[in-house]
Amino acid sequence: MPSAAKPILECRGLRKSFGQRVAVNGVSFHIAEGETYGLLGPNGAGKTTTISMICGLLQSDGGEVLVAGARMTPSSVGVKAQIGLVPQDLAVYPDLTARENLSFFARLYGMDGKTRRARIDEVLEITSLADRADDAAKEFSGGMKRRLNIAVGLLHRPRLLVLDEPTAGVDPQSRNAILENVAQLSDEGLAVLYTTHYMEEAERLCDRVGIIDLGELKAEGNRRELVGSIGEHDRLELSTTGAGDLAAGARAIAGVKGVREAVAWDGGITISVDQAREALPEVLSRTAAAGITVRNVEVREPDLEAVFLHLTGKALRD
Amino acid sequence: MSTALLIAWKDLRQRFRDRSMFLIAFVVPLVLAFIFGRILGDVGQEVTFQYALANQDDGVISSVFVDEVLTPLERQGFLEITPVDSREEALALATEGAVSAAFVIPAGFSAAVEQAQPAEIEVIGNVEQAIGTLIASSMLTTFANEVRAAQLAFVTAVSFDESAFSKLDELTEGRALPNPITLEDVSATRKELDAGTFFSAGIAVFFLFFTVQFGVTSLLDERRAGTLARLMAAPVRRSAIFAGKLITSYVIGVVSMTVLAVATTLILGAEWGDPVGVALLILAGVLAATSITALIATIAKNSEQAGNWQTIVALVLGMLGGSFFPVTQAGGAIVTLSLITPHAWFLRGLGDLQGGGGVSDIVPALAAILAFAAVAGTVAMLRQGKIFQP
Repeated sequence: MPSAAKPILECRGLRKSFGQRVAVNGVSFHIAEGETYGLLGPNGAGKTTTISMICGLLQSDGGEVLVAGARMTPSSVGVKAQIGLVPQDLAVYPDLTARENLSFFARLYGMDGKTRRARIDEVLEITSLADRADDAAKEFSGGMKRRLNIAVGLLHRPRLLVLDEPTAGVDPQSRNAILENVAQLSDEGLAVLYTTHYMEEAERLCDRVGIIDLGELKAEGNRRELVGSIGEHDRLELSTTGAGDLAAGARAIAGVKGVREAVAWDGGITISVDQAREALPEVLSRTAAAGITVRNVEVREPDLEAVFLHLTGKALRD
Repeated sequence: MSTALLIAWKDLRQRFRDRSMFLIAFVVPLVLAFIFGRILGDVGQEVTFQYALANQDDGVISSVFVDEVLTPLERQGFLEITPVDSREEALALATEGAVSAAFVIPAGFSAAVEQAQPAEIEVIGNVEQAIGTLIASSMLTTFANEVRAAQLAFVTAVSFDESAFSKLDELTEGRALPNPITLEDVSATRKELDAGTFFSAGIAVFFLFFTVQFGVTSLLDERRAGTLARLMAAPVRRSAIFAGKLITSYVIGVVSMTVLAVATTLILGAEWGDPVGVALLILAGVLAATSITALIATIAKNSEQAGNWQTIVALVLGMLGGSFFPVTQAGGAIVTLSLITPHAWFLRGLGDLQGGGGVSDIVPALAAILAFAAVAGTVAMLRQGKIFQP
């Protein structure tokens, strides 16, 4: 979803300190309708503090948060209805059933009668919890609790869904289900703010990613923009049978659109290219024309982990 | 207000599914009140000691002992005399425990006294009823001292003057005989609760300070669990969340106290007094307990710390306020000190009711309890924002 669409969330120069410790320092970004924005950073980077200010849980020391054009503060009761928060903790009541949990939060958001009951059934279906609706939440598996956690956030049809590490501590199957849920919601036009320190989740879900560390937004953009911003490019590794003139083959490949460099080495050719998958057919065609038999092709696309390492000097999960 | 009620309703639904709440609010106080009432129930109760009397003397002095010492005490209900014919019969009753002790006045006792000769009245005690025996001995010793003084005065007077004659005359006429045991009947203005009611009410109000924690302190639990963040992210005012928790505490406290009052009345025979007065005391007491607990919750950093502090406060106030023993019997500074606790005022109010008083008689107690509630509640309301900080 292009970020040029109408912004649902605008953060402008957000700042927050706890005593001498600066938790968030001048963070600015925006999220458009239907866009999924990933806030990527290690533990303690400032993700949760940023979310707390966005959701009106914390008063910022500086800057502002606009939700659908209205300023958000802890006392902005009306604005809060625009946001659905899915906290990192399993923020449901274990002694209540899934339906009772949902009913309580629905009433809190002013939903009554038939509308409430219908919407509860709907989110139970979305999160695949319909068959366990009347079981106490404490009897749920970790993944089911996570899905109930998300269901509560969706109940009141928010315009912005804020998910704070929603897959922390869940099994791969449940994680996959959660990611599919989020992707579907985004497809339906919901703006999503997704924090994680799982790079693969950000790459899979997010239209754009903001990399945050030590309370500062180091960079933002889509994956390709971020990778490009640090001078990293895709790589194609061609392993050959050794037959043919590899140097001539490399020269021929260098002329392919998007190829930045092609270097022959003993047994193969390494190619630096803007978009490896797009260039690959032409590269193979020219290699064959040069009489070189390719035995294996390896595509290496720089990931956000590399970007993060480049920007912060440390691994994402440090 | 509807948001506060919604939160309270949710909390109450949760709490009434929680067995620990039932234990602390209902079961443990009831069991303790039962145990304390059974074990210590006789302490402070009026008792009537049983004595046997074998009076084989038909003289004046023994008549003075019976008519002027024993009979008045029997009329006051302090003792009950069973006349027997012989020392053996008296011994048998004392041995089998039918009486606490037996007085045996031998034949010729009065004559011996009048002639300034050695004379004795025998007390046969039951070893298992030491207090009754001790009291019997004390009565007799006091009487014997008076008799001895009169004898000595008489012997001296024979040589020196006539006053000793009049002293012995007074004694034999029973006019100068001191009452060996003075009993003060305070029943008309009594403020002390009977044992059953005292332990029922004392333990109920003591556990009240634990019971109300299930409401307001759960805010700290919710903060730890993450649900408070969700509540704060919802379109509701923080004051409504706080009010919801206070309502939860208050409702649980009132239900707990009411159930305990009814249960101890039916099961333990406690007499709480005028129902309207009791209801007002309960409503005020729960308000004070809720306010004090809320204040502690706003000071504590987390639910563990709040739980520890609330336990300490509940114990100190409970002990000082006389939940486990009637502090008025201790006298002195401890009585004055107890008045800084709502517990003491609550029990004092119940005492007023049990003494036959009505609502107007408990106004001072109600005012004092409500003052605790007002002070603690106001400070808690002013500090409530601290709970909502991460």
